[in-house]
Amino acid sequence: MFESKDLLGIKDLSPEEISYILDTASNFKDVLKRDIKKVPPLRGKTVVSLFFEPSTRTKTSFALAAKRLSADFVNFSVSTSSVVKGESIRDTALTIQSLGADFVLIRHSSSGVPHFLSKIVDMSVINAGDGANEHPTQALLDLLTIQSHKKSFKGLSVSIIGDIAHSRVAKSNIYALTKLGAHVRVICPPTLMPADVNRLGVEVYHSIDDGIKDADVIMTLRLQLERQTKGYLPSLREYFKLYGINHDRVKLAKKDAIVMHPGPMNRGVEIASSVADGPQSVILEQVTNGIAVRMAVLYLLGGVRK
Amino acid sequence: MPKELLDSKEIKRALTRISHEVIERNKGIDDLCLVGIQRGGVLLAKRIASIVESIEDRSIDTGTLDITFYRDDFHQALKQPVVKKTDIPCSITDKTVVLVDDVLFTGRSIRAAMDALIDFGRPAQIQLAVLIDRGHRQLPIRPDYVGKNIPTSFNERIEVELEEDNKRDRVTLVSKKKKE
Amino acid sequence: MTVLIKNGRIIDPSQGIDGRKDLLIKSRKIEGIYAAGKAPKTDKIIDASGCIVIPGLVDMHTHLREPGFEYKETIYTGTMSAVKGGITTVCCMPNTSPINDSVSITQFILDKAAKEGACTVYPIGAITTGQKSEELTELEALLKAGCIAFSDDGMPVINSLIMRRALEYSKIFNVPIISHCEDMELSKGGVMNEGFVSTILGLKGIPKSAEEVMVARDISLCELTKGRLHIAHVSTKGSVNLIRDAKKRGVNVTAETCPHYFTLTDESLISYDTNLKVNPPIRTEQDVAAIKQGLKDNTIDVIATDHAPHHFDDKDREFDAAAFGISGFETAFALGLGLVDQGILDLTEFIRKFTITPSHILRIDKGSLSAGADADVAIINTETTYTVDSLNFISKGKNSPFHKWKLKGIVEKTIAMGKVYDWR
Repeated sequence: MFESKDLLGIKDLSPEEISYILDTASNFKDVLKRDIKKVPPLRGKTVVSLFFEPSTRTKTSFALAAKRLSADFVNFSVSTSSVVKGESIRDTALTIQSLGADFVLIRHSSSGVPHFLSKIVDMSVINAGDGANEHPTQALLDLLTIQSHKKSFKGLSVSIIGDIAHSRVAKSNIYALTKLGAHVRVICPPTLMPADVNRLGVEVYHSIDDGIKDADVIMTLRLQLERQTKGYLPSLREYFKLYGINHDRVKLAKKDAIVMHPGPMNRGVEIASSVADGPQSVILEQVTNGIAVRMAVLYLLGGVRK
Repeated sequence: MPKELLDSKEIKRALTRISHEVIERNKGIDDLCLVGIQRGGVLLAKRIASIVESIEDRSIDTGTLDITFYRDDFHQALKQPVVKKTDIPCSITDKTVVLVDDVLFTGRSIRAAMDALIDFGRPAQIQLAVLIDRGHRQLPIRPDYVGKNIPTSFNERIEVELEEDNKRDRVTLVSKKKKE
Repeated sequence: MTVLIKNGRIIDPSQGIDGRKDLLIKSRKIEGIYAAGKAPKTDKIIDASGCIVIPGLVDMHTHLREPGFEYKETIYTGTMSAVKGGITTVCCMPNTSPINDSVSITQFILDKAAKEGACTVYPIGAITTGQKSEELTELEALLKAGCIAFSDDGMPVINSLIMRRALEYSKIFNVPIISHCEDMELSKGGVMNEGFVSTILGLKGIPKSAEEVMVARDISLCELTKGRLHIAHVSTKGSVNLIRDAKKRGVNVTAETCPHYFTLTDESLISYDTNLKVNPPIRTEQDVAAIKQGLKDNTIDVIATDHAPHHFDDKDREFDAAAFGISGFETAFALGLGLVDQGILDLTEFIRKFTITPSHILRIDKGSLSAGADADVAIINTETTYTVDSLNFISKGKNSPFHKWKLKGIVEKTIAMGKVYDWR
């Protein structure tokens, strides 16, 4: 079922492959509910994280996933300025491979780096976020979360709000949700909308009230605070006024709508605290599901013949 | 053509005998639970449970166990695994667990099942019930309850078909085609 | 030493010649063109059966990297690579290290070219000192030293007033100002064309406007100053339209494009191949169509390579960090021939845009087979196809997006200043 040794993005996955990962992840969800949250399939395998951008939560989630599959997990710490220093990422990747790693988790500010590495190394490359391209495991964990609250993805109305242009989370979710038959709306100021995004099969809104109406899922994105200084936005205050998720806006969606956020949240910028902590929020569930999804990905890639 | 080894009646007889033996050996069903190994063992465990319940006139805890994560051939397997449900409905600590499987062959699945089981608690003892023992053990594992011993050659395959899967109850021997 | 090239089809747009004739070369000069079999006896005969015999190509936009970046290319490897591609005149842009904004650098390049170069090299001087867009260079001194035009290629003249002054001041010498049109704020951080494909790849886009606002500005300044403007590497439909309108109004503007802009679209970047990273970026199908139309109706006068060789390490890395540029000498003619096959240009028109037209713009005596001209000739088989292997390029820059492409048109022999290079 899984042909590729790597998980580079959702774009190249078939709906069947996505479902397969989700089904496998559901089983790991059960494993995580046990007293002993550890199973042995990746015993003797080594997972190395290579993060060129700081990230505590994704790395921790992957580390737990690897350890719960009985793999060894090592963090290869890179100074964030290594690109500037001219350090070759090719050499770094080959070094990690020579250290005996079976998986490398790569996060990089430049899109396409996982694709670049996948051609160089034999080990499995897992994209843990590349530039504004993709963050496949985030989308998968979002799907797993939606799945436990909604009957089916077919016809489901999902509104994604925020910095779409710079969001790999949005991109991966758009691919995943549209492949599974959901109806996706993207909502953001025109300055943060990527070119021709409608050609990805989504509806584009600049007004949040229109975009959120009757939604089954409200997915809000983290706003990089420096967008303000780069002329995309006049102020964070104005952004919250126009695009922040507050109680009144949640009411425009369906009664049983769920509210999601990939974290870390800027409370009072993209989401009001009352919503983040409210009854419709599934934000912490997303975090838990992240481990199950990453276990599933590591586990399934571990079974691919290389 | 597959050769029929057991028919519906013989299967029923074997399971009834195993049920009696389980009760007898454990002097009743206190602190006893049945765990079927996915896939073949699950349905058999349920059948044994219903026979035991009709004899003892009370219910017995019955669970299912998927051993995919515990297999030792994961990295060599040709096909990618489809993981099935694991459901252990009670604490197994200090209990006697009877693992149920359809066919006992190399013993590797049972090894995996014991590892899996122990992650759920510390049973007082683990026993093993199988419908068919076809030999060729690769690990020091011996069943406590056997429906029927059937000598086979290594390349043959035993198929257990059950009504619950919309088939006729029967056990057949299939000669494996030579490897291409 | 006299050489006769016989049995070929001689095409020389500068004289309106296209026919089966013989070409006589005497030492470093063209002696003349003769009816088949009518030429006098020579020391050497080159049989050009089945080939076209054309003036050596004139490439008005190249980067030879020397001085400063000899690990990417040298004047020796660059000119050899050019000659392999049938190019016998190269004009090299000033963004070397140090930048060619002074007489000593110009002299260095010309000395090196005279000593090691395989063909004629004409340096293009910087418009502003250090390409900083602040002060004009000494145009007179640079021209005297051997520069033939001025450009801040790679670093556009962002200060509009300085650009105005350059277009005005250069009128004294009647030389063109070659403009690399890019609004650096609009293009900041961009690595490919902005559009659906950049959205898919998650790469920062360079909008077409980044080029077009500067084309519009420079045309306006050219109109104001009545100077001579040449727009380098046109990549967008909007630029073609702006230039076409300007020409209709009689503005003294000329323009060039490069093979990759009429051959490739941004869809090809989908694999993150850094060999496709070039500035301006490869655009869309619409732009390619407009550029072809522009070539056809002479809005775009010239085909140049923008040969930009890079070391393997500069390209073999993350897309954002990879260098911009394509190694273009050794595929340019064959790619241009594609335009002929598609019926966009006839063979003569194509050759004109790569020989006599750039020579006229730069006012150099090149790109012609007329008697007394330099003995620069390319003998090309236009029927044979071959598979490009960039690893076999003479250029140090193996950075070609056309690696493994099947192309038609092989340069069989090149004659540069009378010296014969046989490539078969």
